[in-house]
Amino acid sequence: MSSSTPLIQYTLHLADDTLILGHRNSEWTGHGPILEQDIAISNIALDLIGQARNFYQYAAKLANEQSKNIYPPGLNGSVTEDSLAYLRDGWDFRNSLLVEQANGDWAKTILRQFFCSAHQVDLYEGLAAGSDKMLSAVGAKAYKEALYHLRWSSEWVIRLGDGTEESHARMKKALEELWKFTGELYTPASYELWATGAGIAADLSQLRPRWEERVKDVFDEAGLSHPAAGWMQTGGKEGRHTEQLGYILAEMQFLQRAYPGCEW
Amino acid sequence: MSENQWPLWEIFIRSKQGLDHKHVGSLHAADAQMAIENARDVYTRRMEGVSIWVVESKYIHASNPDDAASFYDPASDKVYRHPTFYDLPDELKHM
Repeated sequence: MSSSTPLIQYTLHLADDTLILGHRNSEWTGHGPILEQDIAISNIALDLIGQARNFYQYAAKLANEQSKNIYPPGLNGSVTEDSLAYLRDGWDFRNSLLVEQANGDWAKTILRQFFCSAHQVDLYEGLAAGSDKMLSAVGAKAYKEALYHLRWSSEWVIRLGDGTEESHARMKKALEELWKFTGELYTPASYELWATGAGIAADLSQLRPRWEERVKDVFDEAGLSHPAAGWMQTGGKEGRHTEQLGYILAEMQFLQRAYPGCEW
Repeated sequence: MSENQWPLWEIFIRSKQGLDHKHVGSLHAADAQMAIENARDVYTRRMEGVSIWVVESKYIHASNPDDAASFYDPASDKVYRHPTFYDLPDELKHM
């Protein structure tokens, strides 16, 4: 990625995070525990994929303005939101490991969404206040969506954590499985440090205490004990993913790779 | 879907400021808070509303259709109950 700019990388990171999380949530469509929640999680999936489209469109525009483009073009020769989403390989994806983790049960999906939303509200607020006009506009729109996702997922974490013996046990198990991926959210990649320096995004180290406070408040109400600080898995934001991402891309990209340019 | 179904809630949506809340349908939810959020997701995703009321269906009491004859028919021959027998001054508009 030598001829890629940090702005493109940072935008792709935002795009990949929302696309992969949105795709994961969309796997629930038609399988939700009850019709109303099926719609709720599908709505959230659509919000996230909508955000991803905005970020990819911007990244594509930036990539096409480069004299030497290194991103896969679509059939018309220029980079598009679709070519970025469907034609890059796993090691090019810059999403955090948390968003690619498998859905598991409802508790795990909810907790993953809660961790992500608790991060995104501050992240998007920072983007909205930042100096990049496009990212600021997308951030302002996405901020409102993230606020709702946070509210919705917080209530589910509390409902299950403070629910029955079984729901509490499921939340605890989800927590054990996901906690080690949360540290990466606040371990800045080079392009994130650049974005902070350029006044585009808030400083992750300053956002971290706010995330921790949100998590603590909800966990207290949910009767979940806060995990001790421990070893954290990182690498996704640099393109080193868990095996989960490959399965997502195989399913998500199959059609465009088998039938390039296919529309329906 | 489990055998322990969540209770049913009736949903009322106000589409614009100044208009009444209108009944739009019903849904299942564990409590009032969840009912409002479910209603938001089910009934306002195409910008249908600015305010939501939810009422647990069991608290809605309805008239009995069997009573229709004694309830409603007696009104049908009492046109004098309509305010159409007043002479209005010409200055009065919009009545």
